[in-house]
Amino acid sequence: MPTVTVDGVEIEVPQGATVLQACELAGKEIPRFCYHERLSIAGNCRMCLVEVSPGPPKPQASCALPAADKQVIRTDSEMVKKAREGVMEFLLINHPLDCPICDQGGECDLQDQAMAYGRGATRYHEAKRAVTEKTMGPLIKTVMTRCIHCTRCVRFSEEIAGVDEIGALYRGENMQITTYLERAAKHEMSANVIDLCPVGALTSRPYAFEARPWELKKTLGIDVSDACGANIRIDARGREVLRVLPRVNDDVNEEWLSDKARYQVDGLTRRRLDRPFIRRDGRLVPASWEEAFAAIAAIAPGASVAAVAGDLVDCETMFAAKALVHALGSRLLEGRQTGLAYDCANLAAVNFNSGFAGIETADAILIVGSHIRREAPLLNVRIRKAVKRGAKVFVIGPEWETTYPAQFLGADVGLLGDLPLPVGDALRAAKRPALILGGAALGKGALAPALALCAQFNLVRSLEDGTAWNGFNVLHMAASRMGGLMLGYAQPGGIGDIVAAKPRLLLALGADEVDFTKFAGSTVVYLGHHGDKGAHAADIVLPGAAYTEKTGTFVNTEGRVQFAERAVYPPGDAREDWTVLRAIADALKVGVGFDSYDDLRAAMIAAVPALGREGLADYGALPSGGGAGPHNGERVIAGYPIDDFYLTNPIARASPTMQRCSAELLHGQDFAEAAE
Amino acid sequence: MADRHLEPDTQELRARWGGFAFTPEWEAKARAEIAKYPDGRQRSAVMALLDIAQRQVGEETATQGWLPIPVMEYVARYLDMPVIRVVEVASFYTMYNLVPVGRFHVQVCRTTPCWLRGSDDILKACKAKGMKKGEVSADGLWTLTEVECMGNCASAPMFQINDDNYEDLTAESAARILDELAAGGTPKTGTQLSGRHTVETLGGPTNLTAMVDANHDYRGEW
Repeated sequence: MPTVTVDGVEIEVPQGATVLQACELAGKEIPRFCYHERLSIAGNCRMCLVEVSPGPPKPQASCALPAADKQVIRTDSEMVKKAREGVMEFLLINHPLDCPICDQGGECDLQDQAMAYGRGATRYHEAKRAVTEKTMGPLIKTVMTRCIHCTRCVRFSEEIAGVDEIGALYRGENMQITTYLERAAKHEMSANVIDLCPVGALTSRPYAFEARPWELKKTLGIDVSDACGANIRIDARGREVLRVLPRVNDDVNEEWLSDKARYQVDGLTRRRLDRPFIRRDGRLVPASWEEAFAAIAAIAPGASVAAVAGDLVDCETMFAAKALVHALGSRLLEGRQTGLAYDCANLAAVNFNSGFAGIETADAILIVGSHIRREAPLLNVRIRKAVKRGAKVFVIGPEWETTYPAQFLGADVGLLGDLPLPVGDALRAAKRPALILGGAALGKGALAPALALCAQFNLVRSLEDGTAWNGFNVLHMAASRMGGLMLGYAQPGGIGDIVAAKPRLLLALGADEVDFTKFAGSTVVYLGHHGDKGAHAADIVLPGAAYTEKTGTFVNTEGRVQFAERAVYPPGDAREDWTVLRAIADALKVGVGFDSYDDLRAAMIAAVPALGREGLADYGALPSGGGAGPHNGERVIAGYPIDDFYLTNPIARASPTMQRCSAELLHGQDFAEAAE
Repeated sequence: MADRHLEPDTQELRARWGGFAFTPEWEAKARAEIAKYPDGRQRSAVMALLDIAQRQVGEETATQGWLPIPVMEYVARYLDMPVIRVVEVASFYTMYNLVPVGRFHVQVCRTTPCWLRGSDDILKACKAKGMKKGEVSADGLWTLTEVECMGNCASAPMFQINDDNYEDLTAESAARILDELAAGGTPKTGTQLSGRHTVETLGGPTNLTAMVDANHDYRGEW
């Protein structure tokens, strides 16, 4: 490990570290624009200049210079100060002075660094360069005159997203960052370039001119748009959530966020249920809470009650509903709305055991029935990383456009029992073989044969370095899935059991994907936040809180327990879900054992201790054995569960931004740009 | 340079060039270029292939050739690489024409040495033939471009027409070359001074004179 001296302080740095990283380890701030930890090194902004000896007697770009033993680095010398001032002056030559009307203002790297390292005045009095705006789709707003050519966006789309669509055309002063023929960026992670852009060249189009960063209240939350549980920061002003940004968590989302997670939030103010509704003469009419509870009491369901949890609900809501259902004497709980009925006796068998950070290190991956790009864009990024490290990827299922080389084997899950020779060889030869089972495969009964593969290829093993490797993974799509399974929201026969039980009262907790026509005999009470499919089918609608409006626990598909905080309050008469469930208990004259949120959490943690500890839940060992797959004919995957990436949940369906993305990016509809 | 831009992607452009494919002769050249690189590194040949494509377009249109968007897409497909990476290369290097050019692409050097030696006159001579900067002349024969240093400073002034350099120009010799080209001739390339071979000093060597006839050891004299 090299030892370097930074500003007179001697420190040891890891082998292969750059001078910039060495300076950071020594606690020195190095200004930079093009350098980013998760992207390749470009070295083109020149802002990170430092003085290094031995070396040429001139400032060196620290981001691209390897730290070597006995190097003496100065970040505080006159030469460095002058160099930074000079670079900043050059960068500002063509940068417009439009900070007052720029959305990046207040959170702009260029602004901050010009204040900290610039010389405070310009000596340039010539004409500035102007660049035409580029179209990058409905999410990314461009003001290319502000671009300083750091190429972070180009490197992101090439290296992380795996979709080469942004490039730098022309050269020198005429260089322009653009998408090919100014077509919209078409991948699920495209908006991350907004965070990466150190200036105001790429900003958020839906958030344009909405707020200044210092006006926003920042709350730490968990994303619910898929089962990855990305860590987010919810920025709200007053009662409205204005935007969502990713938080850094290397175990989950690194620092990326899918476009849906980022932009579905404008659906939080639209199509909201802000008062109770009761169906009278076939129509839902507004009602008061008293009337609603009276109507529920009038059902007098006895023990004939069931609860179905939707995809976005938190564990507390599910536990409160479970307590209510149990208090009434029923055990009918289900979360798999669309009819999946895989075996949940052992949760390790339906968990993403490798972890997202672990799958990066896999060297052979067999994906069964999962359109990863649509079902978990963040995981797709990880798999791409694994492939760049040399992993081989095989897919069973209909073909989709991967962002890495992958071999499609066919759509028949029966292949699991009879893998083609090269696939078997690759899995056998791999040190860290992994299998990812998606929703489409679970729907075709592939869980048992996949578990059989687990033993065949020894997917669970201890590695040479003594760590354990578990390559058996199930990828869910609902944020509530793992939490629901931990809380017992699973019938042996799936939702079919609930249909067969013909409950008098069906409690739908934000459940919008259920086929309610099968519950014709039941009174459906919908507790949720959006007037979507579930509310339309309900007899009594109770307004609840969306994920930004309640404190809650979420468990992602890895079994990672994470807590989210409340950012804003629910609109109108809507209340947090657990309070509504508590009130229903009163209306039905049963006791559920909690009167406050703290009581509820305590009761939940007493029942399922893992939900009280942040981090990966321990589900024990995988079941041994497995079994044969389903019979011929029922095992060919016809399609994936997610057709339209942008419209998978009620919030996204209510969001004009997501609707526009769906229309424009997936269905090729043209939108005329409003004249500006 | 500043006015470099891609030819807009229109239906007419697609109709004209959408079916572009290498002819067997050009394809053989393309294969030879790709073969210079290891397997899987075929995209290293992108610059050569763009040049080959431009030359084939030139053949088909009887011009120096240029790169319509469908042709760049063809090259991208041919090399199995993203189109944007091909366009980045094509738009970076000025020897790829992004818009249609005439039969003869006259690039007049305007950098200081040529300018001091009279490139203004050369430009005037070109304009006298009906050329306009950055435009294809009405007869489709000429495209005039001002360029920076072409590396012929010792034989300034100069212009480059398609693949050939014409150096030591005067207004008269420039006009003669253009006339000859227009008439279908092949004027002498390189220096236009009679008695000059390439870029040797006019009037004999002025330094290292002792080296002219035989090897001479200067070291003792330093």
